[in-house]
Amino acid sequence: MRIGLFVPCYVDAFEPEVGIATLELLERFGLTVEYPYDQTCCGQPMTNTGCHGEAAATEALFVRNFSEFDYVVAPSGSCVHQVREHLTAIPQTDEVKHVRARTFELVEFLHDVLKIEDLPWAEFPHKVAYHSNCNALRGIGHARPSELNRPFFSKPLNLLKKVKGVEIVDLTRPDECCGFGGTFSVFEPAVSAKMGYDKVTDQARAGAEYVVSADSSCLMHQKGCAERLGVPLKYIHIAQVLNGAAA
Amino acid sequence: MSADDLTPRQTEDVLHPEVRAPSDESERGPGGERLQHAEAASKPIRADAPREPQPRGAKVRGNRPIDQAEAAERFLAAPMHQKAHDERLWDVRRKRDVAAHGIPEWEELREIASQIKTHTLTHLDHYLEQFEAAAKANGVHVHWAEDGAEHNRIVLDILRKHGAKSLVKSKSMLTEECGFRHFMAAHDIDVIETDLGERIQQLDDEEPSHVVMPAVHKTRLDVAEVFARTLGTDPDNDDAHYLAESQRETTRPLILKADAGLTGCNFAIAETGTVVTCTNEGNADLSGNVPPLQIHSIGIEKIIPRVEHLGVFIRLLSRSALGSPITQYTSHFRGPRPGTEMHMVLVDNGRSERLAMEEFWTSLKCIRCGACMNTCPVYRRSGGLSYGATYSGPIGLIIDPTFNKRKYSTLPFSSTMNGSCTNVCPVKINIHEQIFAWRKVLAEEHQIPLLKQGMMKAAGAVLSRPAAYRAAIQTADSALRVLPRFAVYNPANTWGKKREMPHAPRQSFHAWYRQNRMKKGGDA
Repeated sequence: MRIGLFVPCYVDAFEPEVGIATLELLERFGLTVEYPYDQTCCGQPMTNTGCHGEAAATEALFVRNFSEFDYVVAPSGSCVHQVREHLTAIPQTDEVKHVRARTFELVEFLHDVLKIEDLPWAEFPHKVAYHSNCNALRGIGHARPSELNRPFFSKPLNLLKKVKGVEIVDLTRPDECCGFGGTFSVFEPAVSAKMGYDKVTDQARAGAEYVVSADSSCLMHQKGCAERLGVPLKYIHIAQVLNGAAA
Repeated sequence: MSADDLTPRQTEDVLHPEVRAPSDESERGPGGERLQHAEAASKPIRADAPREPQPRGAKVRGNRPIDQAEAAERFLAAPMHQKAHDERLWDVRRKRDVAAHGIPEWEELREIASQIKTHTLTHLDHYLEQFEAAAKANGVHVHWAEDGAEHNRIVLDILRKHGAKSLVKSKSMLTEECGFRHFMAAHDIDVIETDLGERIQQLDDEEPSHVVMPAVHKTRLDVAEVFARTLGTDPDNDDAHYLAESQRETTRPLILKADAGLTGCNFAIAETGTVVTCTNEGNADLSGNVPPLQIHSIGIEKIIPRVEHLGVFIRLLSRSALGSPITQYTSHFRGPRPGTEMHMVLVDNGRSERLAMEEFWTSLKCIRCGACMNTCPVYRRSGGLSYGATYSGPIGLIIDPTFNKRKYSTLPFSSTMNGSCTNVCPVKINIHEQIFAWRKVLAEEHQIPLLKQGMMKAAGAVLSRPAAYRAAIQTADSALRVLPRFAVYNPANTWGKKREMPHAPRQSFHAWYRQNRMKKGGDA
């Protein structure tokens, strides 16, 4: 089984520990993980702004980098959603279709493909607020969104339950968007930041020490908001927690 | 659904406890249970101190693109209004969840409703003709209007033929589309809104900010100010009962002596020619049943084939809109009362054109419940008037550009595309996917700012060339300088005004990988 690791541009530049944790975590399960060296981005910033033509070359590069693999794994629900649902600016060859169908977000790869049972190395004795990225939640089906009248499930919470010491706290608005929204965060900064402020206020009120998410982009936004408000919350990617981060 | 389900367990359960009343002042029933009014908050919301002027909506300048972000920023600058608005609508969203989760077959109902709408819209010509024939057989005069202007002319002609000078009407988003009130005012017809929220907005000379709760962006003090100015009430009395009673006392005589009445339409039943309205105030009944001349304005997408289909939509409508099982009044208007005349005006106003849009036609399924607005985190923090359009919130983002692509070109960008709107939609319109699709259409037709498109072109150029990308983020410092330039590119650093910038890591993942995993010169 050949596994290609996709490290999104945000993670590459700002949160390298998330990429390292993802790589090490997958290796703990005995997998051989390859990192295609010429990778950049999934094309989402352009596509979400409507500029599909401008995304085409980046999408083509993504497919070239990952077409050889059985699975592409990335620590970002947002980027995986882009690849799976919106990588359409280039002709849909068999190669493109293969890459799109075989790209998995880390949590769902562990939960649905590897079906992992134990994380004996992982211990995180903290109060944790889990933040669902909206694309992970409603786009690729990480969990049952609060709007739907369906039985509850949550893949990320199932995984966090396997980590010793984690105590999940409840938010007033568990899956309300935090306001990052990609380029929304800079084109509509006032509303974006207010959504972020409300989110971190909710997390702090719930008594969380840490906020855990499967998406670094939301975490980066929330962390920036928390620091601006002076709220002493810590933000960490689920890959790090599952990989045994001592916090 | 018990009242306790809707009652916050403790004040900490809201994001903005400061807008909750210190004591529970809502009414209780004989058993001590909290009474749930159809349109009221499950707990009283206060926004009275400090007194804060009501923020106004988007600046509309002809055809120029609406600056929703600017209007939203002004709304946020009025924190008591914003918090009250957000808590009020989130409360409605919570009540909607309780109501929806209380019905085991809820998701199936949504699917059935969506399919009924698909079927009806696919055979719209057939059902419209069936409706017309049935209505005529009931003794109704049926008119067809291609657009808003024609609708207004038709209604004016009807009024003039009867020498009618005053018209009472119930809430209708269609007439908002048509600019009906302004048109009638210009032709000396006295139009009186009978819905409380809509009447508040009329007296304040403002458009409705929400499809179900037209004045939801106003606090009680705002209403007290408007009523003091226009109805002569006590400006310092913001008691809801006092204000509602004042409006009732001043509007009721106008209803009783009105020459004509007009209602909108929630559902038009093809097999019977019936217009069905759903209200909580009974004002559609007064508008339709009291004056000697009654007119019903109907958007052509409101058709459903049979009475049996109505039950599906009635079960969904008020639960989605307000979290109540049903509206207080579900009124069926079928034929004229003895000695009176009944007219129905079927209005297209862009709907046929929308029906031909492959990616956007399903927006015609909308039953105007407003659930997408209540759940939308952007809407709750911007106010409906910030959209500068008849329809605001998520449904507005996908409908408004069909009326005017340039003017509303910015609206599909006023969203994080989080998808909650799609999940609460009772007729399963894929709202957030249509927002995404609109962005593509607008970019292709150069209806997005050149600066934005230029930035994306630059981003695409860097991100598609590994060497350029690596050079750009080679060191942490340069990554911090450059990454925001392509991913959060903005010369004005709008990120940093409101949030701290991300901290520079020691090295990128890429550099770490090269250093730690490629030492032996092997290719990765």
